[in-house]
Amino acid sequence: MVLISVEVNGSRHQHEVEPRLLLVQYLRETLGLTGTNIGCDTSSCGACTVLLNGESVKSCTVLAVQADEAEIVTIEGLSGPEGALHPVQEAFREHHALQCGYCTPGMVMAAVSLLAEEDTLDELGVREGLEGNLCRCTGYNNIVKAVLACAGDRGALTEQSS
Amino acid sequence: MCGRSRRTDRAELVIPAAFEYARAGSAEEAIALLVEHGDEAKLVAGGHSLLPLMKLRLAIPGVLIDIGRVPGLSYIEDRGDEIAIGALARHHDLETSALLKEQVPLLAHTAHQVGDPQVRHRGTLGGTLAHGDPASDLPAAVLALGGTLVAQGPQGAREIAAVDFFRGFLETALAADEILVEVRVPKVAGAGWSFQKFNRRAQDWAIVGVAAVVNGHTGIALINMGSTPLRAGAVEEAVRSGASASDAAAVADHGTDPPSDINASSEFRRHLATVLVRRAIEEATS
Repeated sequence: MVLISVEVNGSRHQHEVEPRLLLVQYLRETLGLTGTNIGCDTSSCGACTVLLNGESVKSCTVLAVQADEAEIVTIEGLSGPEGALHPVQEAFREHHALQCGYCTPGMVMAAVSLLAEEDTLDELGVREGLEGNLCRCTGYNNIVKAVLACAGDRGALTEQSS
Repeated sequence: MCGRSRRTDRAELVIPAAFEYARAGSAEEAIALLVEHGDEAKLVAGGHSLLPLMKLRLAIPGVLIDIGRVPGLSYIEDRGDEIAIGALARHHDLETSALLKEQVPLLAHTAHQVGDPQVRHRGTLGGTLAHGDPASDLPAAVLALGGTLVAQGPQGAREIAAVDFFRGFLETALAADEILVEVRVPKVAGAGWSFQKFNRRAQDWAIVGVAAVVNGHTGIALINMGSTPLRAGAVEEAVRSGASASDAAAVADHGTDPPSDINASSEFRRHLATVLVRRAIEEATS
């Protein structure tokens, strides 16, 4: 067993974990944060995407021990005070960017990372930037619209994070 | 790959076989651990080649040596005629490096073609080279550029030319007690270049791919046309002797042994190689 210390959604956690424990298992089973979904289990679908030190990663392909000392944000950590939706969540709602909703937590986290990295985004940039996330409902058009809306409204994002 | 209809308990998760975990704080510590554990040990950095294999139990290392946080191995530096890249530089670092975009645009561009953003946030240049997968993008770019790899072992560091590095399927010139610490590529700011990748879906591996540099330094390398990343020597020779793009591309499959698999037959891969090499030369010389 290996002792790890991580900050998840602003709270510090320490646990003894088996080396082979995947980060997604740690989040879902040890911490009970089941907002992060498991889809393909093989780093293809992106449903398990979380932020590791601010960058999107597929938590099914990161060992919990590799995340030691890291800051992690999951879908549960995005909302503001009193449950106010993050601007990306709000945009997903506004643009009906989900159908069954299974890919949504991963899509939202990938979009948050993409928006943080790119100063400007056009439709192609959004589509390529989300290529690591599959929507089994094929509801991509509204997802792209939602992320483009965020890209065109950076003021709201800055306000949220300040 | 995702054919699981129910998930009722832990046993159904795709998880690696149990292993011992050791974290190295330096290259020297990693080498000492390799010496101690021998064949049982595997190095892991970002883990985006190794962990998927471990989850599918295609790799079952007894000891995993984590070099992911060894300090001082993530640099991208100007060294006169060359750019030196620490083995732990991630694909994301390469694709966003202003220095690489200016001096070795082929490498920055190729890094951007690997997997997807999440993969590029974790995968490292050293990892993809040491893994030696013939279907990977970056080994072909380093081959085409005529790069140099630096391996460090108990006796010190040695340089290995990229063309001598890939020895067989997932086998490299690295000894069991060596780690890859640096990759150097020549500056080719003025040269023409191209990267061509044929796949059926976004984020897929290349069915066949080509990395090419022409004008002055000529290097053309093939992805997924044999058991290792390959230099297309016959094509390079033809380009140097002034052959047209089509004539040079006609010999693209010389010396190759492309696999047949679910994505393509060997014959189709040979065809793809001629088409993609022609496009690469045309783009690089335009």
